[in-house]
Amino acid sequence: MITLESKVPHGPLETKWDRHRFSEKLVSPTNKRKVGIIVVGSGLAGASAASTLGQLGYQVDCFCFQDSPRRAHSIAAQGGINAAKNYQDDGDSVERLFYDTIKGGDFRSREANVYRLAQVSMQIIDQCVALGVPFAREYGGQLANRSFGGVQVSRTFYCRGQTGQQLLLGAYSALSWQIDRGQVRMHPRTEMLDLIVVDGHARGIVVRDLVTGAIRSHTAEAVVLATGGYSNIFFLSTNASGSNVTATYRAWKQGAAFANPCFTQIHPTAIPPSEAYQAKLTLMSESLRNDGRLWVPKQKGDSRSPEQIPEPERDYFLERRYPRFGNLAPRDLASRAVKHICDDGCGVGPGGLGVYLDLSDAIAQQGLEVVQERYGNLFEMYQRITGEDAYKTPMRIYPAPHYTMGGLWVDYNLMSTVPGLFVIGEANFADHGANRLGASSLMQGLADGYFILPYTIGHYLATTKSGPVGTGHLDVRAAEERVTNRVARLLRGRGRQTAASYHRSLGRLMWDLCGMAREEAGLKKALEAIPALREEFWHEVAVLGSGATFNQALEYAGRVADFLESAELLCYDALHREESCGAHFREEHQTPLGEPLRDDANFSYVSAWEYVPNGRPVLHKEPLVFEFVKPTMRTYQ
Amino acid sequence: MTFTLKIWRQNGPADKGRLVTYQVRDISPSMSFIEMLDVVNQQLTLKGEEPLAFEYDCREGICGSCSLVIDGVPHGPDRGTVCQLYMRRFPDGATITIEPWRAKAFPIIKDLVVDRSAFDRIMQAGGYISVNTGGAVDGNVLLIGKDQAETAMDAASCISCGACVAACKNASAMLFVAAKVSHLALLPQGQPERTKRAKAMVAAMDREGFGSCGNQYECEAVCPKSISVRFIAKLNREFLRATIEEPSPLAEQPADPHDESH
Repeated sequence: MITLESKVPHGPLETKWDRHRFSEKLVSPTNKRKVGIIVVGSGLAGASAASTLGQLGYQVDCFCFQDSPRRAHSIAAQGGINAAKNYQDDGDSVERLFYDTIKGGDFRSREANVYRLAQVSMQIIDQCVALGVPFAREYGGQLANRSFGGVQVSRTFYCRGQTGQQLLLGAYSALSWQIDRGQVRMHPRTEMLDLIVVDGHARGIVVRDLVTGAIRSHTAEAVVLATGGYSNIFFLSTNASGSNVTATYRAWKQGAAFANPCFTQIHPTAIPPSEAYQAKLTLMSESLRNDGRLWVPKQKGDSRSPEQIPEPERDYFLERRYPRFGNLAPRDLASRAVKHICDDGCGVGPGGLGVYLDLSDAIAQQGLEVVQERYGNLFEMYQRITGEDAYKTPMRIYPAPHYTMGGLWVDYNLMSTVPGLFVIGEANFADHGANRLGASSLMQGLADGYFILPYTIGHYLATTKSGPVGTGHLDVRAAEERVTNRVARLLRGRGRQTAASYHRSLGRLMWDLCGMAREEAGLKKALEAIPALREEFWHEVAVLGSGATFNQALEYAGRVADFLESAELLCYDALHREESCGAHFREEHQTPLGEPLRDDANFSYVSAWEYVPNGRPVLHKEPLVFEFVKPTMRTYQ
Repeated sequence: MTFTLKIWRQNGPADKGRLVTYQVRDISPSMSFIEMLDVVNQQLTLKGEEPLAFEYDCREGICGSCSLVIDGVPHGPDRGTVCQLYMRRFPDGATITIEPWRAKAFPIIKDLVVDRSAFDRIMQAGGYISVNTGGAVDGNVLLIGKDQAETAMDAASCISCGACVAACKNASAMLFVAAKVSHLALLPQGQPERTKRAKAMVAAMDREGFGSCGNQYECEAVCPKSISVRFIAKLNREFLRATIEEPSPLAEQPADPHDESH
């Protein structure tokens, strides 16, 4: 039975984190040397945590499935990272970043967590500068900022359109130093396939060496998951093809509650799908919305080319619907507005799935050179993919699954419901509520990894007595057996379908029934269809090759199998949440104008789902208490 | 579109390896090169043959996973990564040869997948600024001119794909190391370890078995991030500077600092 104790410290919001840090027990330097910590994942959260824990003196083992920690999917984040530095003197503050994030999340996140995030945001920038991250600078040498969706101040720090890359390379360089010092042992091309729980505490993981196929166990005093999100459940998403739910899903099956799984973010500005075999949607950074204007022809089915459509016959629908924020409306609202306008038949491009993102005004006002410097790489990418020159004709964009706010439930200390299992970055549910603001994921990943987890894990380690767990321990062997059996079962697949075809079917089903807009009948239909599809997968899938070698088909089939299970969890959550909040939009709950209707009286809580073997997951609720801000109707009009 | 593909198959490091010919049909011009290979793999799987091993991940040209030599050129005919190469770039009916990165320091794992961990080891030898987490000064305390920051960013854009090595007939990793060394050498934060870093990274590069630079500029020609060979000149200067600065000034200081007053 799971209990959800948020462990949020009492007292004033501003001093919660400081007081909490002081009350936390420390591990003495000599004892740290004897403590092993496993970090799974090497993106922003994982690499920053592993390097900081190594620097503190712990014995760290860090795992990633990629060939190098530097290739984790954080690398692909384009736009930037928020921090309440107020360098622009435009009225920013910790309070404002806190409020924007709480409001942007549609009042479905914990106040204390979000406030702490806003507080440490400033340290992150300083830390990254110290590590040599080449942030954009003004001519005078100061750090430059840009604005981003959902806010009215300019607080986003950036490195061209490659901010995630540079921040990750910063964390990776710190990690490289700790590897060189022998504080971190890096295990690339190694995939976590199960969690080892001993006497109710997380004590290790079972991994598969992706080169030799060997299945091995690693034990430690604590396990940190930094394994990212599960947007690839939709098959077509902006995520890297390797991004998967396996680590968090396997941990769920070992007792870690999964929180708000239905909060999945659909990003408004991706290149529209064009092709049946397409396996990826490419994001165009949201920062383009700073200078770009979204529009469609007013007339349905207008087949003229965009430059032939005169100004009065264009519908700048975001500016019309949200006059105050205009093209900078938050992601969930912008995505839905695009979907609605396309559903109404005004969409442009193949299948009517697209709207124009037009930078011609910005080019006219600021000059081609400025726009080129700011977004040149995005224009180039657009041209490569579509074969069109966006300097001449406006880009077409369409929403794409991009980020998952949901994840494993964690308390204020970032610990899951399994003691000793910590979850950081996108893999946890903590800070973004029902919708994440742009440039906040990089902030959260690094906040968790550099500045929060290293403190809170110490307290757990200092206050928990844990005996040695050898690789011969019964629980370890049981976990290994689970993995071995599952791999063997996958390899028996000699059917006539590829894992990709099931992934594609699942994705289409989830996009249609549990995507940008959801309704009861559709979700119930999905809950019937998913088990049937899963059944078929296990009968019909073909997984060739051996388990004892490098076998990408095997890796992929295992990930697809886990998506096929976790999809149900998303639908259960979406079905039970009878309200529209943030990225979760229920058709039944909207105003006559199509704006979402949130229900604070009944749904102001975090839903945390407990795994029940062979049964339906059980819902637990962590009530959300708003002591410092008053939930308001989220309006950007 | 229809293509004849000649693809390198090698069942592991011990296997000898060979080019195998495959035919693909019904390829759309707007399909990416990797999606086209997905089709090949689907065909192979349905025929009961083991699919082709090749690497990709982000599919948007930034993670640096993809690593195919297409018709003799790393990443193929355009200056970008394979994942951003589209089939419209090839004439219908073309024969396309696909091989892995070839370099002693990048041993083959399987088919088109190579082991690039040598790059990680070079980074571990000194590709960092050794600052602890916490206690960093305000980011605006270090004023860095826009041009300087931009040049550092040009170097830092390297995605460690290894195309530079694959293009070089000496399999030299100079462009990669140059980008990494230059990025930090151009920034004030990187100054304290500038000398040590240049030496350590060059030594690690040699240790890993990469060849030396022959100034052919093939690396620049294939670099998907357009990293300039001028950074190689910069690396050479950094390395020379590091040799001249030996021995380090600290070693020449008197053992007892109070002696200085005499």
